[in-house]
Amino acid sequence: MTSDPFVQMNNISKAFSGNKVLQQVDFTVNRGEIHALMGENGAGKSTLVKILTGIYTKDQGNIYVQGKQMTFSGPKHAEAYGISVIHQELNIIPHLTVAENMFLGKELTYGKTGILNRREIRRRTAEALTNLGVHDIKSEQLAGELSIGKQQMVEIAKALTTNAELIIMDEPTAALTEHEIENFFHVIKKLQADGVSIVYISHRMEEIFEICDRITVLRDGQYIGTKATPHTSFEEIVKMMVGRELGERYPARNHDVGEVVFQVKNLQLANYFRNISFSVREGEILGVAGLMGAGRSEVMEAIFGYRKLDRGTIELNGRQVVIKHPRDAVNAGIGFITEDRKSKGLIIHASIKENIALPNLRALSRYGIIHKRKESQLISELMQKLQVRATNEMQEVKSLSGGNQQKVVIAKWLAIQPQVLILDEPTRGVDIGAKKEIYTIMNELSKKGVAIIMISSELPEVLGISDRVMVMHEGKITAFIDREEADQESIMTAATGGA
Amino acid sequence: MVKWNKVSIAQLGPLLGLLLITIVLGVMSESFFTLNNILNLLRQVSVNALIAFGMTFVILTAGIDLSVGSILALGSALTAGLLASGMDPILAICIGLLIGFLLGAVNGLIIAKGKVAPFIATLATMTIFRGATLVYTDGKPITGLSDSFSFEMIGKGYVFGIPFPAIIMVIVFLILVFILHNTVFGRQVYAIGGNEEASKLSGIKADRVKIGVYSLTGMLSVLAGIIITSRLDSAQPTAGTMYELDAIAAVVIGGTSLSGGKGRIVGTLIGALIIGVIDNGLNLLNVSSFYQQIVKGLVILLAVLLDRKAK
Repeated sequence: MTSDPFVQMNNISKAFSGNKVLQQVDFTVNRGEIHALMGENGAGKSTLVKILTGIYTKDQGNIYVQGKQMTFSGPKHAEAYGISVIHQELNIIPHLTVAENMFLGKELTYGKTGILNRREIRRRTAEALTNLGVHDIKSEQLAGELSIGKQQMVEIAKALTTNAELIIMDEPTAALTEHEIENFFHVIKKLQADGVSIVYISHRMEEIFEICDRITVLRDGQYIGTKATPHTSFEEIVKMMVGRELGERYPARNHDVGEVVFQVKNLQLANYFRNISFSVREGEILGVAGLMGAGRSEVMEAIFGYRKLDRGTIELNGRQVVIKHPRDAVNAGIGFITEDRKSKGLIIHASIKENIALPNLRALSRYGIIHKRKESQLISELMQKLQVRATNEMQEVKSLSGGNQQKVVIAKWLAIQPQVLILDEPTRGVDIGAKKEIYTIMNELSKKGVAIIMISSELPEVLGISDRVMVMHEGKITAFIDREEADQESIMTAATGGA
Repeated sequence: MVKWNKVSIAQLGPLLGLLLITIVLGVMSESFFTLNNILNLLRQVSVNALIAFGMTFVILTAGIDLSVGSILALGSALTAGLLASGMDPILAICIGLLIGFLLGAVNGLIIAKGKVAPFIATLATMTIFRGATLVYTDGKPITGLSDSFSFEMIGKGYVFGIPFPAIIMVIVFLILVFILHNTVFGRQVYAIGGNEEASKLSGIKADRVKIGVYSLTGMLSVLAGIIITSRLDSAQPTAGTMYELDAIAAVVIGGTSLSGGKGRIVGTLIGALIIGVIDNGLNLLNVSSFYQQIVKGLVILLAVLLDRKAK
């Protein structure tokens, strides 16, 4: 590809109250290029994007758009020059139609009357979607009825209606199913062929190597380098990101699994799942794979007492337990780390201490009165053990990085000394260094005999850490695959309902 | 360090406001800083403070209780009825408090089990309880209550020169501070206000906690009502009308967030004192009660605006 820069950022520096978050960073995106921007959480990726689109002002450096020096005053201004951003949390208003969402804030009207030109809005929406090659979204449909993958298509189409020439996408595939990701890549490649440039921010290595032309790596606010994907490797990029050899991605598993400690039989919940029977052994990690909507999370939430089962039994150590409320599960020694860390796993405005103590208040109290010294002791032990990086136990969890927030959630459940620990997407939105730490924690727990159930949508992760893989498809279990026989293909076949 | 300073300034805001208002009123009115007036003021404040303490728990769970004034009236009327029938005053008061607890529990059950929004649920019970009070009293005050020492003491008594209601207020305050900061229940109150789903998933029975806070508020409302009853020697069917507004105002002025999970009961005490000082000071200055309302409303607005700035 001939280099034809669309955006050039040279020597960009930025500090927040003396804290340097970007130091002399260079970043160039060519026309029609898919360019990955990588780095651990806090490396400065989002700051760089915010400087490009004018949300932050730079302290130093120059930005050139199509060779012309520019400083944007904000996202609207940047949009006028063909630069759009699609955030991880989509900007979709569920109660509005697809067309209304597409033209939100730039509604087409009859002259200056303020009266909406609905027909033209509909026509252009349909046109934009067709141009993307998307045919199963209707412009009059409520956006909230669409799957996340389709909502994302709406966002992309929306960007295109502003004649975007550069689209910045932040973790675009985080919430997509395998199939949607395929679709999404297809659309991206089509955009690329049309000369649109893409900045692709993601933690998912496999995807980046599949789709991106070049990779720029930032670390601690510094520019580390830019590599063309054909000439680099997974290991090299990781090393650039973390500044050291990370070694093996997954810790070595011990295969010393013991007796069955946890068993469920014939679990059923109408509209979600049926005939769910499986067991987990002491020290075993059971991976649970499947497409989004396969009912994996619902099964675990029901086991944990967060949803009501229609029928089925749960056995712990060979004895049946009745779980009607998460409290019963906690008392039985079952921990559950939800996939939705921010809205279900943590009290985001409360301190680390309050969050960790929450499921442990009973153990930390007598006659309902909290033993504060015991509590502090427990919290500091756990923070040390899990290496939670925070100033102190009173820090608001909201201000922690994704990886550290996840460690706080894990710490909550370690303290109950669980016999069974269920983790739902434990490494979602967590950077690669923290990911490895989480795998190590899981590994160590399993060595101590904890039975672990891990739901994950990242196949490499499922393959890397599970002793056994259970695959679900549309509310049913379609396969159990042993570690030795498991590969991406066998899992995907079972996950899509194939034989 | 920077963070700590910020927090403490935000928390000191209400206290500074109280001092400022006190000083201004003290300068403007000679009789404000007399011992008599201060003690009088504390007694006046105690009724609203007790209700507002309960309201703090409710608001910390992201709820609201509009029925406090009606619970106060119904609880007082029933207690007065028992007293008038010659029951032992201590026993009658205990039964009264229990009635308040149960009326609050009704609120809690409707909200937790019926999943009705607190605003709507307590709006309905506010009307129902007031209606029940009018039915029970036939719209007339209940008089001829006990003249026993223990009952008279509650509203009119003094210990070492301090009005007994003020002493009740301080004792209840200390107990509630302890409950909120040192007990499992207190921690759960903050937790479900901060994030109810995350709390449930941590094994907390949110329904029980909710029923608990409304019951507590009901009981404290009746306690406030008994103070008024003792003071007036009668239970009025219209007692406590609009008291919910002063209680909510005290909580909000004290810096507790209406969206739940954040706030402190000491703030509520200060909030109640601010409202009391304004009422008292403006009375001393002979400001018409019409203007007083305007001033009170402005203070509430100002407090919330400043609070937002500090954050």
